[in-house]
Amino acid sequence: MSKLVTGIIQPHRLDDVKSALEAAGIRGMTVSEASGYGRQKGHTEVYRGAEYTVDLVPKVRVEILVADEDAPSIVDVVVGAAQTGKIGDGKVWVVPVDDVARVRTGERGDAAL
Amino acid sequence: MDWDTGNAAWMLMSASLVLLMTPGLAFFYGGMVRGKSVLNMMMMSFGAIGVVGVIYVLWGWSMSYGADVGGVFGNPFDQFGLSGTLSVDGAPVPGLGNYPQAIDVAFQVTFAIITVALISGALADRTRFGTWLVFAGAWATLVYFPMAHMVWGGGLLSGAENGLAAKIFGVTDGAATVAPIDFAGGTVVHINAGVAALVLALIIGKRKGFGKEPMRPHNLPFVMLGAALLWFGWFGFNAGSAFAADATAGLAWVNTTAATCAAMLGWLATERIRDGHATSLGAASGVVAGLVAITPAAGAMNPVTSLVLGAVAGVLSALAVGLKYRFGYDDSLDVVGVHLVSGFWGTIGIGLLGDNVGLFLGGGGKQFVIQLVIALAAIIFSGVLTLIIGSILKATMGWRITEEVEVGGIDLAEHGESAYETISAGSIIKEVRA
Repeated sequence: MSKLVTGIIQPHRLDDVKSALEAAGIRGMTVSEASGYGRQKGHTEVYRGAEYTVDLVPKVRVEILVADEDAPSIVDVVVGAAQTGKIGDGKVWVVPVDDVARVRTGERGDAAL
Repeated sequence: MDWDTGNAAWMLMSASLVLLMTPGLAFFYGGMVRGKSVLNMMMMSFGAIGVVGVIYVLWGWSMSYGADVGGVFGNPFDQFGLSGTLSVDGAPVPGLGNYPQAIDVAFQVTFAIITVALISGALADRTRFGTWLVFAGAWATLVYFPMAHMVWGGGLLSGAENGLAAKIFGVTDGAATVAPIDFAGGTVVHINAGVAALVLALIIGKRKGFGKEPMRPHNLPFVMLGAALLWFGWFGFNAGSAFAADATAGLAWVNTTAATCAAMLGWLATERIRDGHATSLGAASGVVAGLVAITPAAGAMNPVTSLVLGAVAGVLSALAVGLKYRFGYDDSLDVVGVHLVSGFWGTIGIGLLGDNVGLFLGGGGKQFVIQLVIALAAIIFSGVLTLIIGSILKATMGWRITEEVEVGGIDLAEHGESAYETISAGSIIKEVRA
């Protein structure tokens, strides 16, 4: 079994998260742009003198496939690198992954990580 | 006949400059909409060029400057297809500034084109292109040409003996004692287009999400490029309205620049105080507000009063764009806030600040009264007729695209194109299918 660690983080923390994961021996990840909101509920912006509430704030999603036993420490690495202590820092979660295959070789399970 | 080739050269140049304003407007408006509907926005300006350019040759000139019918419009059949306009018995007909009249036709058609195109800013993102083209032809015919005739062709809103102004303060030597002043089209172009934009915005209704999401411009450099092209072209608009390469043209050029610079600063200062930022969108909008305000007044001001007129225009228009949120009409790109408000201000501002005619410059209040009456008469005329044309089109062709198309983007649905082909999952999948 493997685990998928997904982190939704502040865009300006991406570089630090990436370096920290590399230092922790992680060799691959998927990064995508995301937008959303949590407890902070977005922000207001002014356009042409009218104020708007913008709920969806730009975020970055980082996804890492890891072996079961590595998941808790990788969560700590992401949280440690992404944390600023301010509202809107994001979330990290872990979900089980039934199977993993490496497309190039056809390897399965932990060998494909 | 000995033509004044200096005048002829300047007026041909001016006509070309004014024609450039409409593609410039396409960039100004195109940058202000969202990326999914920029082509439709630009096409509304280009469409106006096509439709109005054709009908101007056929009956537009004749309805503007042909034989008078009741002081309201010219007989469309009088000079249909420009017959008898360019030459009579093989000799060129003289125009206003001792040059061939063909040059006057060239200059005037460009005004009709830009006026129609200006209206489209109120209709962004949600209007069927076919309905817009039909409207462009109908509105030019029933509203623009009559308005041009009434103000510039010796009709009811001019200083003619049978005009409105003559009825108020009397007649001297066969013309109104206090004649209305509309140097380059504050009434015919800006009030006219601004009112039409307001009426159509009300008829067509709001964009989905209006007032809830900001709908920010997708390309502000386009907006600034468009404003720059408009400013450049506006020198033909205003300085060309002297109909000669002379001192009045020079004064109009200087006044146009003075008012525009002051208006930009006025708009930026208003934004900085109200919102905390002086924006590029504000600079571009302020430029246009200043150009609009000085249009009717470019020959009636001095450069210092032009600064005052422009600065007030910038502040007024910057404040006026907020009205649409308060009253809930979706004048998408602020045609009402910029063209109607600054056009109205420039028109009545002559009555306050005009050299020797303004209330504050020793002219008494008569000019102010005349300017106000003409402006209000133009608002009523344009408003009522646009309401009729817009309502008939709503009941027959329909104005709105479907909500599904509006959310997905009008460009692809109406024109089969999208402005920006980027490498995305969508385009890769399309390639695989092909």
